[in-house]
Amino acid sequence: MSVMVKNSVLFGLVGGLIVITGFMQSWNTALLILNMGLISAIMAIGVNLQWGFAGLFNVGVMGFVALGGLAVVLISVDPVGEAWAAGGTRVLLGLLLGAATVVAAALVNTRMPAGRARTLALLVILVGGFFFYRAVFDPGVDAVESVNPAGTGFLGGLGLPVLLAWPAGGLLAAGAAWLIGKTALGLRSDYLAIATLGIAEIIIAVMKNEDWLARGVKNVVGLPRPVPYEIDLQNDPGFVETAAGLGIDPVTASTLYVKLGYSVLFLLVLLVILWMAQMALKSPWGRMMRAIRDNEVAAEAMGKDVTRRHLQVFVLGSAVCGIAGAMMTTLDGQLTPGTYQPLRFTFLIWVMVIVGGSGNNLGAVLGGFLIWLLWVQVEPIGLFLMQVITSGLAEDSALRAHLIESAAHMRLFTMGIVLLLVLRFSPKGLIPER
Amino acid sequence: MDFLNAIVALSNFVLIPAIAYGSQLALGALGVTLIYGILRFSNFAHGDTMAFGTMATILVTWLFQSMGISFGPLPTALLALPFGILGCMALVLITDRAVYRFYRQQKAKPVILVIVSMGVMFILNGIVRFIIGPDEQRFADGERFIISARTFKEMTGLREGLAIKASQGLTVIVAVIAVVLLFWFLNRTRTGKSMRAYSDNEDLALLSGINPERVVIYTWLIVAALATIAGTLYGLDKSFKPFVYFQLLLPIFAAAIVGGLGSPVGAIAGGFVIAFSEVTITYAWKKVLGYLMPESLEPSGLVQLLSTDYKFAVSFVILLIVLLFRPTGLFRGKSV
Repeated sequence: MSVMVKNSVLFGLVGGLIVITGFMQSWNTALLILNMGLISAIMAIGVNLQWGFAGLFNVGVMGFVALGGLAVVLISVDPVGEAWAAGGTRVLLGLLLGAATVVAAALVNTRMPAGRARTLALLVILVGGFFFYRAVFDPGVDAVESVNPAGTGFLGGLGLPVLLAWPAGGLLAAGAAWLIGKTALGLRSDYLAIATLGIAEIIIAVMKNEDWLARGVKNVVGLPRPVPYEIDLQNDPGFVETAAGLGIDPVTASTLYVKLGYSVLFLLVLLVILWMAQMALKSPWGRMMRAIRDNEVAAEAMGKDVTRRHLQVFVLGSAVCGIAGAMMTTLDGQLTPGTYQPLRFTFLIWVMVIVGGSGNNLGAVLGGFLIWLLWVQVEPIGLFLMQVITSGLAEDSALRAHLIESAAHMRLFTMGIVLLLVLRFSPKGLIPER
Repeated sequence: MDFLNAIVALSNFVLIPAIAYGSQLALGALGVTLIYGILRFSNFAHGDTMAFGTMATILVTWLFQSMGISFGPLPTALLALPFGILGCMALVLITDRAVYRFYRQQKAKPVILVIVSMGVMFILNGIVRFIIGPDEQRFADGERFIISARTFKEMTGLREGLAIKASQGLTVIVAVIAVVLLFWFLNRTRTGKSMRAYSDNEDLALLSGINPERVVIYTWLIVAALATIAGTLYGLDKSFKPFVYFQLLLPIFAAAIVGGLGSPVGAIAGGFVIAFSEVTITYAWKKVLGYLMPESLEPSGLVQLLSTDYKFAVSFVILLIVLLFRPTGLFRGKSV
């Protein structure tokens, strides 16, 4: 069986599963899975760029995804004029001061000769800068957060069209990745993994606690969307007529229409990113990346700048994750920092890449769809299984209640089993690297 | 008097909690470091191994409590601990046999083993949530305080109280016993010596007739014991919640790396470094400074450098600083 046929069969199979979901459960569920599958596929491409192409062990995917989500708020929400007047400039000034302190410290560290004088200068700059920064920054934050805390209490965004937030999410994630890469990429694989894990937690902590930025755990809801609202569609006589002509009731038709709109947008983004990733893989650059991955020492001996290439691919991969994160927040219509969990947003993406086939973009896409489908469907299947298994027990048995209640946790278990089975019996994944 | 008050306040809010937390981290980091030294990979499933061991202990504790068995003033969990350890040992031996051994025989790259441990992490996470649920469980019983703030105030007449929770005292005592036993085992017994030899130089150890599988099994057994003890102590001190244990992975790894991966002494030192910096940087120093400084200079704010939600940031920054200036950690760890 040629590679082409095998891949088509695999994709066809996943597509078929989604269609079956449409018939068995509802088309809304199927489209929801499709949309999140498209987003997951993009995230998987991002991780595949880093791990599959370059062998970088980044377990901070969650952080970049969350930054993409933050970008949606920063770009698309209307600015809160009152908050800006109360303390906006002060907050910005404080941030600039903080950044200036770090830059000054970095400059001193590189420009001054090592010795006691440098250590002293560094200490003075860092400690003095920190207190100065807090003195400017804190009152500004208090002022901003006290502006109508129940409704806003944050600076708001730029009020631009939400689609702009997607590339902006990529840029924000890329910027963060550049900063992180500069400091952490020199570390060995295990250390890099822990470092990225920590950075992701820090990004989430910042988003949860800095209320002036995006309301923290109070969440920003009702984000603008690139597709029409269901209620508007239902009030549009033309739409209702078309729906009636197709034999669907207008409410269902409107929800399907909105979801399909997202699907088309996401599919476009996925195709563009996939095409770019494929081109990159085939180009001399891609061959160089794989050469570095397979043997760093040899590549360095051939004159390749390993550190810079690593930084480059780390930034690119993170940017892709950021774009996917922005798309996801747009789809949700809200930014909820409390829901970002490493198991779901970092390790699950890793399962997608490994199962799909690391080093192969198509594999990553397939893994994204397949694993997302499993992640969603394991819960009802687990519940069904538990009901079958426990059907022999009495209705009011505590064990039965516990088992049925716990069925929801089957999905983590299943993901682990899938990952281990693939690693054991097909370590290159479903669509291996060529 | 103010000086004494300052010291008491400092001990109450910073020193004692940090010592207890540091001991828990140190025990966790010892497990990570042993796996790294002997099996040569970073075990991402360690937090969940701790959660599993603690869960086993909690279940036995509940059984004892329902049978009316108690341990006097000490928490019943201490009686249940050996059973929890046994449960955890069975679990790690099964995972090793079913999962890790295959890759060891293949001589897989360490990073593959790390990904494998990610799979194990998912499974353990699922099992723990499946059995005990994702919610918070409190299982501490017995005396709550060794000395309560009020008794201390009455005893000394100071304005500040010093409270030592029973769980904190217990943590330190159990941790000291565990560490002494561990070092005795590693340094004095034949098996312990063979473990260290295997960790230092695998080829030489194999040449001198050390059975690698035996070394690996002993390592897993010790790691299971350490993880269960660390997890149970943490749960007694705070509370048990599967997700929190998963998150403990970060400070534990930070401790192990700061100390130098593969070095047991380093793991202990790293645990305390991380714990003390986390607690001191997120503590509001207003009270202590208020006692120490003349009244005119008394700080108006809380003098809290970072809010407690940023404690991850602290472990992470320490990690970065140590790695930048001493890439193998404080105690010269190894690198695979």
